[in-house]
Amino acid sequence: MIKAKKQRNKGYYGYLFIMPFFIIFAVFELYPIAYTFYLSFHKWDGLMPSTYTGLNNFNRLIHDKIFFLTIKNTFRIWICNFIPQMLVAMILSALFTFNKIRGMSFFRAVYYLPNLITAASVGLLFNLLFNGDKSVINHILIALGVKGAPFNFFQNKVFVSGLVSYIQWWMWFGYTTIIVMAGITTIDSSVYDAALVDGATKFQTYRYITLPLIRKTIIYLTITSIIGGMQLFDVPATMTNGSGDPMKSVLTTSMYIYNQGFKSHNYGYASMVSVGLFLIIAVLSIFALQTMQKKESEND
Amino acid sequence: MTDKFKSYFSKISLYLFLVILLLLSLIPFYLMIINGTHKSFDIVTKLNLFPGHNLSENYETLQSHVNIWQGFLNSLCIAVPFTILSGYFGALTAYGFAKYHFPGEKILFSIVLASMMLPPQLSIIGFYQLNLKLKLLNSYFPFILPGIANATTVFFMRGMIEQGIPDSIMEAARLEGCSEFKIFNRIVLPCVMPGVATMCIFNFVSCWNNYLGPLIIMTESKKYTLPVMIAMIKGLYLSNYGAMYLAIAISIVPIIIVYAFCSKFIINGLTAGSEK
Repeated sequence: MIKAKKQRNKGYYGYLFIMPFFIIFAVFELYPIAYTFYLSFHKWDGLMPSTYTGLNNFNRLIHDKIFFLTIKNTFRIWICNFIPQMLVAMILSALFTFNKIRGMSFFRAVYYLPNLITAASVGLLFNLLFNGDKSVINHILIALGVKGAPFNFFQNKVFVSGLVSYIQWWMWFGYTTIIVMAGITTIDSSVYDAALVDGATKFQTYRYITLPLIRKTIIYLTITSIIGGMQLFDVPATMTNGSGDPMKSVLTTSMYIYNQGFKSHNYGYASMVSVGLFLIIAVLSIFALQTMQKKESEND
Repeated sequence: MTDKFKSYFSKISLYLFLVILLLLSLIPFYLMIINGTHKSFDIVTKLNLFPGHNLSENYETLQSHVNIWQGFLNSLCIAVPFTILSGYFGALTAYGFAKYHFPGEKILFSIVLASMMLPPQLSIIGFYQLNLKLKLLNSYFPFILPGIANATTVFFMRGMIEQGIPDSIMEAARLEGCSEFKIFNRIVLPCVMPGVATMCIFNFVSCWNNYLGPLIIMTESKKYTLPVMIAMIKGLYLSNYGAMYLAIAISIVPIIIVYAFCSKFIINGLTAGSEK
């Protein structure tokens, strides 16, 4: 009897302890999502009450060339940094796992450093380093005797997009390496002994034993990278002063949402662009999850 | 002999690869610090690879155009309370999930998990409207209060409390007449403090680096956080290159210094978190 009462008390306290989380979650996370969705069917300039416009915003979205351009830009920037990031993380984690490397934790710590730095500062820093005939990088290239220097880097679409991908790679390869290595340490080392006895090379061991065993880690990294990468804002925004130029080549969808909302005060349409990007992120994530899980079952 | 040479060669190329990546990681910061100590004129006319003598003038130029320490202070006023709330309420929520059983527990916890996957930048319009309605524009609260609902901390701490705190301790405390709330504050929280500290570092960094949120909520320049201020520095506040590099350095160097002292702790935390 006493015990039953205690049990009930405990349950009641459970609700009490998790309540603050859910109140704040509802106000600061759920409400903004719900309201953004609601507003995507409205017109709102930020001052007057919003008016219902039905599917107007939606029709505008599916005919909006700039929206699709920003999706293409964001995806290109993401894929061009995600693949090199994964490759480098896999090479590094293999090197660190199979070789005794002096100063391994020092190398790893330095590789991770750019991830902690304010992305907005990084964007401006790279702008200063590259932008203009008299930029630091141009001075270095001239000193090295590179032909054609100084370059007008920020007039070149391909270069600017590549630079954003490079910065994202630079900020994230250390993180990805650490997570891949953490996945590898959970593998029972006796698995390797068996493979080495069978005469497998280090590369074969890594490719056919390690990688399949850390598939869950790789799926996790891919999905979180899609979600984060498709929302890219800070670096391209601060690097190009919000314009995404030259010729909107690094205008990402998040920047487009910001510009539509907070510069043009089309909050309703900006909300619709958010909903559109949300759907695209959902589709990409599900697609990535399914392909990677399918591969898993094929390998079994 | 050739075998020996081969292994020697592969070792060298391996270290060469690692050192190149090391340099790539560090060079931008080096160039930033070096250029922060040179005259604007020297920066545009020649290549500078060693420290200059213009640091104090650059600092004066910077100070006369933009109050960077105000931005620093604003960022601290947001990040410190945010971090404390995220640590305390993260552990409290995790404790509620780990040690109490109640109807709907599983569904509520899966909501916590799902919220980790929500793309935060896609609801900025709704977030803006919320704060407009609550009259919280130019206030610190829209950034401090969400610390109470930090799903990653809850997820991480729940595992730690489940494994690290035996029920018998709680039972013993109850028999001594300790209230449920006191059990958490006096017994559970001190026990899981190392985990809380780890999560607090990551929460502090992510809050400190937040750019888009303050950009839309802070409309008065004296409320700007450091990232917002830095992003506006070029052209709007300054045209002096040395001062601009210095401003960026002021926003970056504190993080590098803190990291230099506790990188091991941070990386261990990252590893432990991902293994869950």
